Amino acid sequence: MRDVAIISTGMTPFGELWQSGLRDLFVQAAREALMAVGSPSVDAIYVGNMSGGQFVGQEHLGPLMADHLGLAGVPATRVESACASGGVALRCGFLEVAAGASDLVLVAGVEKMNDGADVTNVLASAADQETEVYHGITFPGLYAMIARAHMARYGTTEEDLAAVSVKNHMHGARNPRAQFRSEVTAEQVMTSSMVAEPLRLLHCSPVSDGAAVVLLCPLERAREFTDAPVRIRSSGLATAPMALADRADPTFLDAVSLAAGRAYKSGGVTPSDIQVAEVHDCFSIAELCALEALCFTERGSAGELTRAGETALGGRIPVNTSGGLKSKGHPVGATGVAQAIEIVEQLRGEAGERQVPDATVGLAQNMGGSGASSVVHIFERV
Amino acid sequence: MPSPRYWREIPSRYRLEAAACRGCKRVIYPKRQICPQCGGVEFEATRLARRGRVVTSTVVHVAPTDLQMEAPYAMAVVETEEGARLMVQVADCDPSEVLPGMEVTLEFRLIRKEDHGGILCYGHKAVPVG
Repeated sequence: MRDVAIISTGMTPFGELWQSGLRDLFVQAAREALMAVGSPSVDAIYVGNMSGGQFVGQEHLGPLMADHLGLAGVPATRVESACASGGVALRCGFLEVAAGASDLVLVAGVEKMNDGADVTNVLASAADQETEVYHGITFPGLYAMIARAHMARYGTTEEDLAAVSVKNHMHGARNPRAQFRSEVTAEQVMTSSMVAEPLRLLHCSPVSDGAAVVLLCPLERAREFTDAPVRIRSSGLATAPMALADRADPTFLDAVSLAAGRAYKSGGVTPSDIQVAEVHDCFSIAELCALEALCFTERGSAGELTRAGETALGGRIPVNTSGGLKSKGHPVGATGVAQAIEIVEQLRGEAGERQVPDATVGLAQNMGGSGASSVVHIFERV
Repeated sequence: MPSPRYWREIPSRYRLEAAACRGCKRVIYPKRQICPQCGGVEFEATRLARRGRVVTSTVVHVAPTDLQMEAPYAMAVVETEEGARLMVQVADCDPSEVLPGMEVTLEFRLIRKEDHGGILCYGHKAVPVG
């Protein structure tokens, strides 16, 4: 296997981008990434996208995106793993370069959610249709059940959940591409409208449009394109039972734990080596569960860790310096690639007000459904 | 939903038909072709007892389009006496009282109505004991 580097990035702002269609978002992000390194021709394209078919009635995104980049002819593949589509697309590109099958690979994530679709129903198609959605559960409802189980088992509180949102908005306020560049107070979070008890509106990531792109190449060729390549040290992917009812412990994200274990092992790093992390906070409870499954803290203690400020900028392990899904926005298929971009900027020292000083090793964790799939990447400055 | 799809699910939804794995004895609901616990492929047909306990729960305030008139309503993962778990709505009570540990029975109920002359969709809901 060859070492693989990210040599450039491109990203739209995240938000309600009514003036842009699915293809516009993709092309905007891809052009930025390509132009930064002199617009080389690419050997392959991977597009992470959860549900172009349901959101805007558009499938077959591989050739569509290649065509609109003026690259018709290039191999292009759409990758789907619900909200982990972007992260899994990154893994596909990583493996293709590592295996020596291609040199220059463009990895994109894109989602256009604000175009009139019934977003609640589309997102619910990432849960089990026959045994969960039929009975009336929603996506926030599934994470609310995880939250209530975590509270019952470990004594996690509404204050702990609110602390995640407050921290991520504090970070996102410093991110020019974030959907919500505003801070919120714990009181605002805890009095926002109820979505699915105990989760309120300000515990939930928003409905967003956006695209994110990274270019990959073998590390040995990276300096042809950039002075600041970032190595993808390892990649781990895992699955877990689809339905929440089929998981032995609803408070623990097995797929995250397995994916992280694989990434730590193949990268030769331990959780204590990670200096900055982006985790999948689609709901505040998801960040707490992810911190525990990534072994950043003991099971049941992530709420306490968060309230102590250890996951904020300046803390022991700053988490979601981009603002996370909560504040930066969550165009589902784009999220996994955008997480990688935040870590790249941190490791390059380009994160501005959000910079974690001297960060050399970072991690990104992306998740699909209520935790049935997860992908973890570890990155390092070279 | 297309009627064949609804029809296929009737045994599990109407009669709570499940499968007990001959290898590891785990009761799987709805039935599957391969046991997720031991990989076994031989099963005995069984039916779930209509009694269980809430593992975790929520109260849905922002509901899917078909169920907006019912919100807020309680949903729970219920574990039956056989150890099978299923996602159900919890009815006939104050939704805020549905918490982990609550004892429930499972009753045959209307789950949802489709628009435009579609199917009346039945299944089971949980009801608190006592």
